[in-house]
Amino acid sequence: MSDFAAGLPIVSIVTFLPLAGAVLLVFLREGEGKAVRAVALGVSLLTFAAAIVLFSGFSGASGLPEFVERASWLGRGLDYHVGVDGISLFLVLLAAFLTPLALLAAWRAIDDRVKEFSVFMLLLETGMIGVFVSLNLFLFYVFWEAMLIPMYFLIGIWGGRRRVYATMKFVLFTMFGSLLMLVAIFVLHHAYYQATGSYSLAITDLAAAPLAPGLQTWLFLAFALAFAIKIPLFPLHTWLPDAHVEAPTAGSVLLAAVLLKMGAYGFIRLGLPLFPTAAAAFAPALSILAVVGVVYGGLMALVQKDMKSLVAYSSVSHMGLIMLAVFSLNFEATEGALYQMLNHGLSTGALFLCVGILYERTHTRLVADHGGAAARMPVFGGLFLVSMLSSAGLPGLNGFVGEILCFFGIFKANRVLAALAVSTVILSAAYLLWLYRRVMHGPLKEPGEGALRDVDRRELAYLVPLIVLMVFMGLFPGTFLRKMDASVSRHIRSLRPEPAAVSMIGKPPAASVKPGRTAESER
Amino acid sequence: MAGLFWLIPLIPGASSLVLLLAGRRLGRSRVAALASGAVLASLLLSIAGLLALLGRGAEAAAPSKMLLPWIASGSFEASLAFRFDELAAVMSLVVTGVGFLIHVYSAGYMAGDEGYARYFAFLNLFTFFMLILVLASDIVLMFVGWEGVGLCSYLLIGFWFDRPAASKAGLKAFLVNRVGDAAFIVAILILLSTVGSAGLAAINAAPAAGLLSPGLVTLVAILFFVGATGKSAQIPLYVWLPDAMEGPTPVSALIHAATMVTAGVYMVCRLSGLYAASVAASSVVAWVGALTAVFAATMALVQNDIKRVLAYSTISQIGYMFLGCGVGAYAAGLFHLVTHAFFKSLLFLAAGSVIHALGGEQDMRRMGGLRKRLPVTFPVFLIGALAISGIPFLSGFFSKDAILTAAYAGGRYVLYGLGLAGAALTAFYMFRLIYLAFYGVARGTPEAERPIHESPRVMTAPLVVLAVFSALAGFVGLPAYFGRRADLFGRFLEGATAEAARHPAPSIEVVLAAAAVLSALLGLGLAFVFYRRSPDIPGRLTLRFPAVYRLLVGKYFVDEAYEAVVVRPLVRGSERIHERFDLAVIDGALDGSAAAAGLAGKGLNVLQSGLLRDYALAFLLGAVIFLGFLLI
Amino acid sequence: MIPPAAFFILAALLFVLGVVAFFVKKDLLTQFMAVEVMLNAGNLAFLALSRPAGRPDGQAVVLFVITVAAAEAVIGLAIIVLVFRQRKSIRTDDLKGLKG
Repeated sequence: MSDFAAGLPIVSIVTFLPLAGAVLLVFLREGEGKAVRAVALGVSLLTFAAAIVLFSGFSGASGLPEFVERASWLGRGLDYHVGVDGISLFLVLLAAFLTPLALLAAWRAIDDRVKEFSVFMLLLETGMIGVFVSLNLFLFYVFWEAMLIPMYFLIGIWGGRRRVYATMKFVLFTMFGSLLMLVAIFVLHHAYYQATGSYSLAITDLAAAPLAPGLQTWLFLAFALAFAIKIPLFPLHTWLPDAHVEAPTAGSVLLAAVLLKMGAYGFIRLGLPLFPTAAAAFAPALSILAVVGVVYGGLMALVQKDMKSLVAYSSVSHMGLIMLAVFSLNFEATEGALYQMLNHGLSTGALFLCVGILYERTHTRLVADHGGAAARMPVFGGLFLVSMLSSAGLPGLNGFVGEILCFFGIFKANRVLAALAVSTVILSAAYLLWLYRRVMHGPLKEPGEGALRDVDRRELAYLVPLIVLMVFMGLFPGTFLRKMDASVSRHIRSLRPEPAAVSMIGKPPAASVKPGRTAESER
Repeated sequence: MAGLFWLIPLIPGASSLVLLLAGRRLGRSRVAALASGAVLASLLLSIAGLLALLGRGAEAAAPSKMLLPWIASGSFEASLAFRFDELAAVMSLVVTGVGFLIHVYSAGYMAGDEGYARYFAFLNLFTFFMLILVLASDIVLMFVGWEGVGLCSYLLIGFWFDRPAASKAGLKAFLVNRVGDAAFIVAILILLSTVGSAGLAAINAAPAAGLLSPGLVTLVAILFFVGATGKSAQIPLYVWLPDAMEGPTPVSALIHAATMVTAGVYMVCRLSGLYAASVAASSVVAWVGALTAVFAATMALVQNDIKRVLAYSTISQIGYMFLGCGVGAYAAGLFHLVTHAFFKSLLFLAAGSVIHALGGEQDMRRMGGLRKRLPVTFPVFLIGALAISGIPFLSGFFSKDAILTAAYAGGRYVLYGLGLAGAALTAFYMFRLIYLAFYGVARGTPEAERPIHESPRVMTAPLVVLAVFSALAGFVGLPAYFGRRADLFGRFLEGATAEAARHPAPSIEVVLAAAAVLSALLGLGLAFVFYRRSPDIPGRLTLRFPAVYRLLVGKYFVDEAYEAVVVRPLVRGSERIHERFDLAVIDGALDGSAAAAGLAGKGLNVLQSGLLRDYALAFLLGAVIFLGFLLI
Repeated sequence: MIPPAAFFILAALLFVLGVVAFFVKKDLLTQFMAVEVMLNAGNLAFLALSRPAGRPDGQAVVLFVITVAAAEAVIGLAIIVLVFRQRKSIRTDDLKGLKG
């Protein structure tokens, strides 16, 4: 049961093309630095092209996954089951879009063991895309864990001074959460079998079979822990500043732009629909943690001395807003959260790339070592400013659209939390513009004569597409929102509490959901 | 041609884009021509739009156009749509008219500057956003313009970014604005969730339609007003405006006198349906306006920098506008907005001319005797000063009078009193400026004694035009004792706002007008005495009342208070939390658990003694226990 | 007849002797001999069991154990010789290579 685009299993292609590229690279002789980089870039661009094909063929009308492929793999419900729907499509595109940009950014920054670096980046891409396209719980877990390995090496080998500490912290912390999730998966698997007599780990099947509330609670918490660490949700966030500061620029970009989204995606795809009663019960508490993250992340960003850790804490703040929207459990908030995930991917990716450009010139990440760069790097200054404004939510750019939708949805659920969340507009402007002022304005501080040269063609090549997208997404959000509508509607409907589910029952609950205002009636 | 009104914001926007991308390659004269030409085109379209409005029938709706559906998600909808009604027409004319003159002036003022193209690009961008703000028919789109002008203000204040003071001032402006914007957003959220639509017409009709409870109306109105205090520099968020004088003078004229700072007034007028429905909110507006008017005027009394006097003066005058709106006289508030745009930008540009002529000197204590040497700048400056002081029959007289009369007629005598006091203060500080700068002997440093020449025609021509308007613009809004039909301005705006101004009997109006004039003359007279006749008086007063003087010069230490009560605790507190909590507690727990794991490992390591004996013992014990289980 | 219980008591005593010897002695060779004693104790127990039952199973096991013990003695002694050549000592307390 699959629908292929022009007869090709497009989803698998998008997922495994980078892996194939990595294998190809392994067989290339080392020493040919340029060829290695070119092959890696080429593969990632091809993957992006395939993702575009996926996007154009996607209709989004039904809200169900499209381009589904299913094949029996390990038996007993552990199938190979992939597809995309309105929720995952854009995250796949994000990952496919940013990987070539990150590779381009690393072109000159990484000059040691380039082949291994490229291999790990491509493996990471496969892992990331795999997480988003998996429709089988076990497959999801496999990809979830799989993308830790390349990240571990990327940070651990090509990172900064404290890279070993940072990468260990990152991997162990994340893995700790994931292991509990694995246990929960086993329990779920077993429970499903007990109730229905057949094996399945397809997410849709599991969602349709209700669980006893007590069981739901524990399973939800296990999943939630894994996702909360990834997002990262306060107070489980401390791995992020270390990981970002020590990672090489290309790694930071993908870490911030894509990996963090997986936690949020995990909640939307699994945590909430599989355990709706528990979700509704824990949503208030999780919302409070999220809003604390928004304010706390903003305040911490204000006092950082290292540019990258400033952006890292800003990610904590932004992801807090996204999660607050997700936990508001309504349509506009969820669409806002999804849109904001894309926005954050672009703006934070751009910010890390900009910081990386500065670092390549000055070889220091401390704010205090920089100053007056706008005089020498005017074009860079402009691109940097636009990235910041996007992150700060200036109307007209993409950040505003996501933020206002999130605020609106959050407000519907809880007015006080929404008002607190609005403080992010002040805080983000504060820490970002403070950074900009210290680094770009004022008297010039140059480590050596001519060190601060403006952006060259390669750097423009990876910054300009981001800026263009920021403007486009700010003016024409409908291009993206329309494809999400139906899937988000289904997601919200799946969150309606189960009617009188005392114990696991064999058949899916009666469709007694109240018809909410969905976007299916528009357009 | 009038149907093309939606191009009004887009033309400067397009030219801004061109200038940003290719400005440096175009050459100075082309840059200035393109930028000014774009604004001129918008001005002509605005005039066409005005004529169309004047000529349309009573029942025809104001022209509107939807450009883009923009955002739609569930029940949230916001569209890029414009509407050109009377209120928008007035604002559009002010923005493009004064804007055009300032663009022309800038061509001369900024002639030697390295960032010429960047300057005009930003100036055009500002015009683009300001016009979006005034033409928006949807509150979310208005907010786009609202924040956009804040951005351009930041870019232009910090234009000379290598100067730390300028860069800091730009940041301060943006941040303080953002505090107000946060309140604005919350208000939008409340409105959207209760009224269900973002359209301005729907919002204004909401209280009457029962969609908003009285408490909510007040809350929303006050939240919007908090946003306005940020944008329009009123108490408590005015602190960014004096520092904004670090930017180029034409920027101060355009953004911080004529247009951006008046956006708050425009917003209150646009949402007059809400304010009219809430007595509490309107009172807040009126009181904040009146208090700010007097408060800022007192600070202007002792400033030595010519631009700062004008900055505090702007804060004060905007207070008057809010006073007018707060008592229901929206047309009067707007009228003052228009006249103020003329004479304040005139004053700023003329001050720029003075600064330009003196090679950058801004301190009035080192000016003097410029009356004869700047034959164009002096007369226009004088006209501006007379206008702002409310001397009959210049524009300021009519507009200020309209506000004061409305306050009195509404029974708000304290507000009236405050306004009247402010008028005296205004005249005093303005003429203090005139006497210090233009009269007496030149007190400048020897370098400034170089031959001074009047500014070039490209700078003086706009001054003259603005002077003419400052003098004559009042005649479109004549007060009631000239007959009700004489108030062309008010009649034009009828229906565009929830106008509720009351008019007293003509005889009382004449008395009120006389009182205002007397107040102004009192201020003027005192200034004459203090700075012309007996110049030692100010010094003696300073010695007699040192504390008062220090308080005024120190701007009531408000900046320092904010720094100490808000900024420093926030930053210091965050640093401490970062060290004590994030690093010590959370990371400590993590590193601690890692250490604990390590310790456990080391502890258990004792068992690995390497000695055969110990391993054998382990076997034995294990076997015994196992057998024990089996047998028991 | 000798009561079967006597055999078991003897076997147990021999076993305990072997265990104690194993733990008390400090050199590998005598510890090895102690192991042999333990094995023989086991053999004795098996024999004592098989006789009254009239079945040859126990005796078969004993033959098996003797064979295996012989083989194991050969290899064990060879290892002890090699260890001595390497470490110049067969005091077990000196052989601490597996210390964690």
